[in-house]
Amino acid sequence: MSEDPTGMPADAADGSLLHKPVDRRGALSIVLGGVAAGVQAVSACTPLSPATEEEKEVRILAWQEYIKGNYRFMTEAERAETIGRLERLAQVRHGADVTIQSTGAQPGVVFGYAFNISKCKGFRRCVEACINENNLDRNADTQYIRIFEMEDGVIDFDEADATYQHDVPAEGHFYLGTQCFQCADPPCVKVCPVGATWQEPDGITVIDYDWCIGCRYCMAACPYWARRFNWADPEVPAEEVNPNQHYLGNRARKQGCVEKCTFCVHRTRQGRLPACAEACPTGARVFGNLLDPDSEIRWVLAHKRVFRLKEDLKTEPRFWYFSD
Amino acid sequence: MHLRPFLLSALDSATNGGRRYHIWMGLLTLVIAVGVYAYSVQFRYGLAVTGMSDQVSWGLYISNFTFLVGLAAAAMMLVLPAYILEDVDFGRAVLMAEAVAVAALVMCLGFVVVDLGNPLGAWHLTPGIGYLNWPRSLLAWDVIVLNGYLALNLAIPFYILYSHYTGRPPAKHTYLPWMYISAMWAVSIHLVTAFLLAGLPSRPFWHTALLGPRFLASAFTAGPAFVIMLLWFIRRTTKYPIADGAFSKLALITVVAAQINIVMLISELFYKFYSPTHHSINAQYLFFGLGEHHALVPWIWTGIGLNILATIVLMIHPLRHDPRWLMPACATLFLGIWIEKGLGLVIPGFIPSPLGEIVEYTPTWVELCVTAGIWALGMFVLTVLIRVALPIELGEVRSPYLETEPPPRGVRPRSSRPRHGDVRPARTR
Repeated sequence: MSEDPTGMPADAADGSLLHKPVDRRGALSIVLGGVAAGVQAVSACTPLSPATEEEKEVRILAWQEYIKGNYRFMTEAERAETIGRLERLAQVRHGADVTIQSTGAQPGVVFGYAFNISKCKGFRRCVEACINENNLDRNADTQYIRIFEMEDGVIDFDEADATYQHDVPAEGHFYLGTQCFQCADPPCVKVCPVGATWQEPDGITVIDYDWCIGCRYCMAACPYWARRFNWADPEVPAEEVNPNQHYLGNRARKQGCVEKCTFCVHRTRQGRLPACAEACPTGARVFGNLLDPDSEIRWVLAHKRVFRLKEDLKTEPRFWYFSD
Repeated sequence: MHLRPFLLSALDSATNGGRRYHIWMGLLTLVIAVGVYAYSVQFRYGLAVTGMSDQVSWGLYISNFTFLVGLAAAAMMLVLPAYILEDVDFGRAVLMAEAVAVAALVMCLGFVVVDLGNPLGAWHLTPGIGYLNWPRSLLAWDVIVLNGYLALNLAIPFYILYSHYTGRPPAKHTYLPWMYISAMWAVSIHLVTAFLLAGLPSRPFWHTALLGPRFLASAFTAGPAFVIMLLWFIRRTTKYPIADGAFSKLALITVVAAQINIVMLISELFYKFYSPTHHSINAQYLFFGLGEHHALVPWIWTGIGLNILATIVLMIHPLRHDPRWLMPACATLFLGIWIEKGLGLVIPGFIPSPLGEIVEYTPTWVELCVTAGIWALGMFVLTVLIRVALPIELGEVRSPYLETEPPPRGVRPRSSRPRHGDVRPARTR
């Protein structure tokens, strides 16, 4: 474990940062809101005006969504407002009744993950569960988790195969899964020019999908290739949408923003396991609170020989590998 | 009171010209229009219409961006000696170089904007209403230095041109401090862009201390090479006097920088391949290919070949002083650096991915058209700026309010730029 298990950037929870931008943005949104109302009034008189009340409502909601601020600096009231708008938009646009939480990090919790490379058999049930749970784009076949098939005796990603299409487990091979490691010192957070990605007090690095401008600098900065980009408008069939959502987690993404694994923030902040850990049929995945001395993850760290990937980069991943 | 006629006469200069001028501008407009159409496709369907992927997440756009930042920075190689060291030969070339800087910056900003997945969210970068992650993010630094450099390179030439237009010598104490700032700023825009890549330990191909200096060396090769060709064209087609000395000095800068660039390339190759480690694998992909994946191998060797060929030509003194050799050599060098520092630098950083996956990259028609469109926009801006500056500098255009006043004789600053009644005929070889 790193010396500072919370690994919080100094400014993440700094109250002083919260006030100024909010005030200024509040003023801005009043001004822009006025402009929007004017635009609405004018467009209502033109032949191009939206036909139905619903279309008008969507236009206003979309505009308010466009001018909203960074979630990290929003007040509780502003968060509630944007969530209300997003839930309504999901209903109108995608016909999906969703609930978006804004559950914050729980006190005394820092999440950690351990992966047993002797137990994983490469079934990729975790990958499947992750896709369904996190509303990943079915069109582009987005996946947060990568399972690498490696030959016994060598841990070498250059020789590994992450796209295997045969019966598993294959003779003479073992399996090693990767996803976002929720680094304690995340390089992706440092490089974001607009502060659209940050680390929460429970150690989860999250993204405000609506604040992200899609420059993809974080993707270049990640040493573990954990980030994915919405190259096109993501598609999830309405009947497959997971309605239990989190603003910083599995809510609907849009074209042109970056996303990544959040250790299923919408589940884990309510005391449940991430979908991948729950789906694993072999028990290779251990998840828990690093600050709880009685947790299974702490037992693994204390009793097994563990290692992490690319430790030389000093990003201090909170994701360990071990074997029996 | 002079501003309105100044702007009107600028518009007049930019919109009037011979038949060839109109054909040139018409062609550029056509290419820009094609680019706008291609971008409209990308705007609607997302960056999925490009050849980029989660593995190769930057492509042709960012490649052109890194190259053009160098072109913008290199313009200062002329401004510095002209204004600060008062070099007479460079004096007349310097406004042209600043026009090149402005055009290059317009292209840089264009390439960054078209690369954004959410361009409508670009306002998030504005400090105050948005949030600029400065000083932590190098991209935030880049936003600041590029816009600042653009402002400097618009303001200084505007002041000088406007002064000449209104018949007053530009006051040195007004513009010189900004010149110094601009000179340092030029180095900074390029170093910051290099640091943007070099600051990523996740990408060993870029994570080298040599990247910054290499960026500067290649910039001071391609930049002056471009300015040489531009000045040659201006001297051939207008009566604007440009001294032979300007060419020989620029050519000297170019050839010295080109040699330093090649030395750095050799250092890089030695470092990567004498004792190859895991971190050499991207370079191996670039220079020799990995198995059946070798898309960039012919590309990079073409670039290196062009660089070496042109550098050798320029190292031979009689050839360097002969425009029949100098111009093709400059064009070759410009192309060579564009290959080496564009796709040849950005793409191999992503192949293989940090987890060893090899996904190759080929730009799509959308990327090619948008790229061509932005280059045409840059050339359009450059042509307009030069078109506006030349008549003022030649003394052909002056504020109408000056006609009643006596010409400002006797006020002869030490600056070497041409003034009213100071027009020398174009020299011919």
